Amino acid sequence: MKKHARRAAAATTAVLTLAVLATACGGSDDSADSKTVTLVTHDSFAVSKSVLKDFEKRSGYKVEVLRGGDAGAAVNQAVLNKGNPQGDVFFGVDNTLLSRPLDKGVFAPYEAEGLAKVPERLQADPEKHRVTPVDTGDVCVNYDRRWFADKKLDPPRTLQDLAKPRYKDLLVTEDAANSSPGLAFLLASVAEFGEDGWQDYWKKLRANGAEVAGSWEQAYNDRFSGSREGKGKGDKPLVVSYASSPPAEVMGEKNPPEQAPTGVAKGTCFRQTEYAGLLRGAKNTEGGQALLDFLLSKRFQEDLPLKMFVNPVREDARLPELFTKYGETVDDPATVAPRKIAEHREQWIKTWTSLAVK
Amino acid sequence: MDVARREVVDRDAAARDLPDSPEGPVPPGVPDGPAAPARPSAAADRRGGGGTGVRLALMAVPAAFFALFFGYPVAAIVFRGLHEGGRWQSGRIAQVLGDPDILQVLWFTLWQAAASTALTLALALPGAYVFARFDFPGKRLLRAVVTVPFVLPTVVVGSAFLALAGRGGALDVWFGMRLDTSVWAILLAHVFFNYAVVVRTVGSLWSQLDPRQEEAARVLGAGRFTAWRRITLPALAPSVAAAALIVFLFTFTSFGVIQVLGGPRYATLEVEIYRQTATLLDLPTAAVLTLTQLVAVAALLAVHAWALRRRESALSLVPAEYTARRPAGPGQWTTVATVLGVMLVLTVVPLLVLVQRALDGPDGYGLAFFRALGARSDSATFVVAPVEAIGNSLAYAAVATAIALVVGGLAAAALTRRAGRLVRGFDALLMLPLGTSAVTVGFGFLVALDEPPLDLRSSWILVPLAQALVGVPFVIRTMLPVLRAVDVRLREAAAVLGASPLRAWREVDFPLVRRALLVAAGFAFTVSLGEFGATVFIARPDAPTLPVAVARMLGRAGEAHYGQAMALSTLLMLVCAGVLLALERVRTDGRREL
Repeated sequence: MKKHARRAAAATTAVLTLAVLATACGGSDDSADSKTVTLVTHDSFAVSKSVLKDFEKRSGYKVEVLRGGDAGAAVNQAVLNKGNPQGDVFFGVDNTLLSRPLDKGVFAPYEAEGLAKVPERLQADPEKHRVTPVDTGDVCVNYDRRWFADKKLDPPRTLQDLAKPRYKDLLVTEDAANSSPGLAFLLASVAEFGEDGWQDYWKKLRANGAEVAGSWEQAYNDRFSGSREGKGKGDKPLVVSYASSPPAEVMGEKNPPEQAPTGVAKGTCFRQTEYAGLLRGAKNTEGGQALLDFLLSKRFQEDLPLKMFVNPVREDARLPELFTKYGETVDDPATVAPRKIAEHREQWIKTWTSLAVK
Repeated sequence: MDVARREVVDRDAAARDLPDSPEGPVPPGVPDGPAAPARPSAAADRRGGGGTGVRLALMAVPAAFFALFFGYPVAAIVFRGLHEGGRWQSGRIAQVLGDPDILQVLWFTLWQAAASTALTLALALPGAYVFARFDFPGKRLLRAVVTVPFVLPTVVVGSAFLALAGRGGALDVWFGMRLDTSVWAILLAHVFFNYAVVVRTVGSLWSQLDPRQEEAARVLGAGRFTAWRRITLPALAPSVAAAALIVFLFTFTSFGVIQVLGGPRYATLEVEIYRQTATLLDLPTAAVLTLTQLVAVAALLAVHAWALRRRESALSLVPAEYTARRPAGPGQWTTVATVLGVMLVLTVVPLLVLVQRALDGPDGYGLAFFRALGARSDSATFVVAPVEAIGNSLAYAAVATAIALVVGGLAAAALTRRAGRLVRGFDALLMLPLGTSAVTVGFGFLVALDEPPLDLRSSWILVPLAQALVGVPFVIRTMLPVLRAVDVRLREAAAVLGASPLRAWREVDFPLVRRALLVAAGFAFTVSLGEFGATVFIARPDAPTLPVAVARMLGRAGEAHYGQAMALSTLLMLVCAGVLLALERVRTDGRREL
């Protein structure tokens, strides 16, 4: 009886304490003081602890990172919050999504230090500098080296190759409506065959047995025969993935092989460039500017590849050995102007769905 | 005092034998538990004398919580969509609902929900029977294990399911059967998720139906099937209907399963809302679809409430332990073995595949992936070591549980007092978050809670708040039947004997609802642990929850990431299973104590 009462009291106290704690801490948390700078970004953002600590020490700002789901969702949240942003800097809008936040006035101009070291063709807003390029990544068809060696078949090189009979039933790609590499691959075909020609290409590709998976995870982890997590059980030796996937396959390997188990078909690539920008209405503009400078600094740029599996935009940033040894440089990737993508995106995806899926 | 105490003990025993008693996690949507027996109406009537004032006071907190953290954000984002450009876009409603692509989505949503529900009932009802009528070794463990899928995040389950039923999976190897490209994968995954709903809601009532009634019918000359059809089936029908409606509700709003297994071909309303909001930022279309889904879910809940009221009839109930027995003879053993076999294949094997993949490291089987979770301080995916996600998850879930208990407990207390139409409406209202797209709530938070003093957009409290929204309905479902079963005369007796209202509550009500409170807490906790949809928008990178961490790892190339994602999933599964198993103990211990 006594025991009951005591236990009851303990439980009640615990619940009440938690509830009070919950309400009390709710409001006190937004530390919008000038010593904190807030980076709003997507799920894939990553940085070495030591690199970030270094910036905090030298600049005197504490960096808070907020994430808002995948890249598309994060960008759309920034658009919804324009003028009254959640943070000071947004990182992670790529060229396929860039027009929307630019048109809606999400970003404020700032010319980041170090921009001179970035090739001009990557600068999407060269007059006003509302966005700053930070990294690039190429979406390419990857192939399973061993599969093609066993079959004594040359891996495909170009988009045209993929439609040839000898590569019948070998390719798996992703849903362009829901997957970023899937959309990039569709855009690669638009760049290659033109606004009126890509539809025919996809008809041929479909007739040649190209399959569409729902997501990159599914295509790469489950269907692709070259990914190690599939333990070689995948049935497709060709997959739409990233140019940095081969180094990722080798990373963490105790006995690194001579060559990555997978290769990249260099003539199938589409370049995604990721941008960052100062958010209009930011509470800590100065801190935001310092953070943008940091994103373009050599230290951060050289940290990028192993953290996010993308390439730095700074010409003088050195690539890690994992990339130089196992990665491949794509010299002439396809790309489509952000404005054009914004105009046609919906229609292209609709047409693509009817051609490749339905 | 002593007199009152004895009464309490007796009532406690009685309460436990009601089907309404906390049967482990009772899924939401069962307002009165599996079946409410006719209550002593005198007590019920007098309960109404509690006064409208008290009821309103009790309802204030849950109502404010619901309005602020659900109604307002959702209304804000819908308003933004329908009022785009400064004027009402009423034309968009007809336009969106007339779009053949959208109609296709609506049709598929309805169709797959109906098919999934039928399939789940067909496969899980035998399971409910076996659990109700037989004792076998490992029953308690198995009951906890089949409930694990229900609280696991869908990304994890989708992945495990692909490993099993996809290409190169066990089914492919053994039977040459591949399901990843067909709608069957979706339907079976829905069965996997909802199996426990049927087993628990129908099974708990079934276990308390007096088998002697059926035996009496047999003695009087009815065949085995006739006896079942005439006696047991009518008694079970209401709880089967309730279970069916819940399963329908869950599959109607299915998101993660369809994302992972539906491929580009299949989309439900929920998936389409996500696409329109998160990918296309077509807020008007998203708003129309959100409203459509809300109307559909509200209609479902209304049907549910109506069905519940119709079926209240007195049943002859006995304690579950008297009805279950060891299977006798080879025939019964075969039945039990077959049903359990199907259950294992459907629910346990996908979980085992997950564990197997977590252990299958680069150097053969071992704990390499688990060790890697803690080893990386300078991780590529996280600012923190992935293993810290466990601590974050537990902390968030604890806060969410506290919020859900306070809000849900007060709501249940308010609803206990004899309910008018208004109160029943309030009850249904608190269920709506379960039927609302997480992206709508997540984006609604951003749009609505952006001004001081309520600028919570970047506050950590948003995560447990979003989780609590999902937990509250479960708390109410568990608490309500027990609170209703407390006889008001006990409280009156205590008052007569000189106890203050607070003391009366502490001595009378609290001991009776203590167990229900624990069970409710446990279930709110596990549901919070597994919540993914809303958390992914608001979790902070320095404090990812387990499901968010798993999703981030799955999105990266390389064996190490994949293996660690599986290892984290396994840990999540173990935590959930542990909590559920503890609940099973609470449930059985309760029968022995006092």
